[in-house]
Amino acid sequence: MASAFEYAPAPESRSVVDIAPAYGLFVDGEFTDAADGKVFKTVSPSTEEALSEVAQAGAEDVDRAVKAARKAFEKWSALPGSERAKYLFRIARIIQERSRELAVLETLDNGKPIKETRDADLPLVAAHFFYYAGWADKLDHAGFGASPRPLGVAGQVIPWNFPLLMLAWKIAPALATGNTVVLKPAETTPLSALFFADICRQAGLPRGVVNILPGYGDAGAALVAHPDVNKVAFTGSTAVGKEIARTVAGTRKKLTLELGGKGANIVFDDAPVDQAVEGIVTGIFFNQGQVCCAGSRLLVQESIQDELLDALKRRLATLRLGDPLDKNTDIGAINSAEQLARITALAEQGEAEGAERWSPACELPASGYWFAPTLFTNVTQAHTIARDEIFGPVLSVLTFRTPDEAVAKANNTQYGLSAGIWTEKGSRILAVANKLRAGVVWSNTFNKFDPTSPFGGYKESGFGREGGRHGLEAYLDV
Amino acid sequence: MPTTAPTAHALADVTASDSALGRFLHGLPGVDAVGLEARAASLGTRSIKTTAKAYAIDLAISMVDLTTLEGADTPGKVRALGAKAVHPDPTDRTTPTTAAVCVYPDMVAVAKEAVAGSGVKVASVATAFPAGRAALDVKLADVRDAVAAGADEIDMVIDRGAFLAGKYLKVYDEIVAVKQACGTSARLKVIFETGELSTYDNIRRASWLGMLAGADFIKTSTGKVAVNATPANTLLMLEAVRDFRAQTGIQVGVKPAGGIRTTKDAVKFLVLVNETAGEDWLDNHWFRFGASSLLNDLLMQRQKLATGRYSGPDYVTVD
Repeated sequence: MASAFEYAPAPESRSVVDIAPAYGLFVDGEFTDAADGKVFKTVSPSTEEALSEVAQAGAEDVDRAVKAARKAFEKWSALPGSERAKYLFRIARIIQERSRELAVLETLDNGKPIKETRDADLPLVAAHFFYYAGWADKLDHAGFGASPRPLGVAGQVIPWNFPLLMLAWKIAPALATGNTVVLKPAETTPLSALFFADICRQAGLPRGVVNILPGYGDAGAALVAHPDVNKVAFTGSTAVGKEIARTVAGTRKKLTLELGGKGANIVFDDAPVDQAVEGIVTGIFFNQGQVCCAGSRLLVQESIQDELLDALKRRLATLRLGDPLDKNTDIGAINSAEQLARITALAEQGEAEGAERWSPACELPASGYWFAPTLFTNVTQAHTIARDEIFGPVLSVLTFRTPDEAVAKANNTQYGLSAGIWTEKGSRILAVANKLRAGVVWSNTFNKFDPTSPFGGYKESGFGREGGRHGLEAYLDV
Repeated sequence: MPTTAPTAHALADVTASDSALGRFLHGLPGVDAVGLEARAASLGTRSIKTTAKAYAIDLAISMVDLTTLEGADTPGKVRALGAKAVHPDPTDRTTPTTAAVCVYPDMVAVAKEAVAGSGVKVASVATAFPAGRAALDVKLADVRDAVAAGADEIDMVIDRGAFLAGKYLKVYDEIVAVKQACGTSARLKVIFETGELSTYDNIRRASWLGMLAGADFIKTSTGKVAVNATPANTLLMLEAVRDFRAQTGIQVGVKPAGGIRTTKDAVKFLVLVNETAGEDWLDNHWFRFGASSLLNDLLMQRQKLATGRYSGPDYVTVD
């Protein structure tokens, strides 16, 4: 017998996905080259292997795509809701049928573990299309008055942390309400959006209803500024969000922004400790912490600080970091070299400012972009790592003594996207949740999503809600 | 974990009175059922194949308490069981022996003889198994009988009625008395019948109660009720032994029993052990499976790994 219990590697087969050497832009139902012929490479963050070469959209392509969407809008918006629903249901079913392929693709392009793409991302992607398909013929009864009208062409810019899920959050409600779409995926993760373009064709979606423009920030800026776009939806960094808000200000475009966060995960002394530890892990190490609603600030009641931290460190030692295609992997690769550099710099700043850094013994692969799960203790509200969004697997631990102090510290941030409360006392959950300025408050759980539940922020975390009945409002003239 | 970490000495105080014990047990952290079950399920997805599987199968075989607890048990049946415990697979002598055979007290002497010299232990369910509804004197006599006949391990059931009525000290005192009756020769496994305790909070309290009273093992169930060992209740008990050792330095074993029939299930329990209590428990001194039909599935899987082919039920022994 061996001396230790080593699990066998179980890599998911790459053969279920066929990545072409090159992809075009998806405009008016066709894949085309960029007008200026530019291309860029997309790499796998866990190996730095180039996966494919993708056409890079510029201003001219944006204009072409918006025109196609405008043309398609007339017919698409005139369809009865029940007809639009049929397309959406069809898309949802195709996503389910192709979910293994899409999960592997997403893991290759993004670096996140297959466990998450397969068990979290893809089921949610399909669920969003099913959910909004159900709304398409019931808009008269959604509480926005009789016959609410669509806005027109929606320009959507999405981030790299949940490439396909963010696409679903944006496209499903837009199509259900009768809008047409021009979507720009992030430059590091364009592939699943291009596969989605293929799914649109497979579903027989009319030309021009969905247009996909892989590209960089300049393409996003051109899309946002395009005079014939009626609605802008953005998920991404706060800095870019502010830029977009300035661009859109004074126009008649409707805008929703879903930006950064610095979520507080508050653990009271009567919490279910073992489950709280799991929730803290899910809160900050899900998707390597590259989650805008991550519970990146742990607020723990002083009286249980030592026990909780011991339990947390013990648990972190069991996290498995490595090949994201391995089903045993808990922590995958950081999405890009730039992001890794940013996380590294912020962690170093945390140390320089006097916080105590801890990571479990953890071997990082030789190639690719990796960052070990990291814990900072002795953190105060004045530390940069307690204020700035790190967007990586870095948890800052702060303490509090009373519920009021917990609420004050949790709210003392420029953000307001998420928060968590851990206590066995139901009345405390309700009392504290009511005082937290955060779009989502989880109790005795963390990072759980559902298409029926609205999601969005306060303060610099943005405005507008996605998901649920509330998510329709952003795409209707109400 | 209570809010202040007590030493072993301080823990002695909590058993001073019924109310002190009640306060302590109710002061243990709560269990969130959704979170507990989600964690147990997610650990069930670790991949155990080839070398990891071979290791896990042999480990699981060595942890089996091969059990027969029927009213119809005969000396012949117990002898057959003993022979199987010593040589689980007669066609492959590299197969490890099981940890123990588990029988009723009146069969201990027969079992002892059947496994003599093999290192296989004899465990006996004493204390008016499975209901536990008898006077303490009767239970203690049952235990002494089994120990006198040579039992290496005693599996006792707690008085669930007293536990559910909040008479924790009564349950505690009974365990202490049984532990005393075990003497120094027999290890004591305390069975909670988790299906009857019904809530996870109760299972955590029972675990601590058993450990405070000196249990060498805590065990889920008798195998005689509808809900026996589950990944979630075993995970919870593993957390309890882990926390207990952290506070007192005393290591206590865990034994899920009942309903674990396949290799796949057994391996999932081993993953729970590995990632919750840790490697120190991956040994049959600290972890057991209470099972009767599990062994044959483990043997068939073992043969499959060795030969590359599935055999069938006729290639392992029936008992």
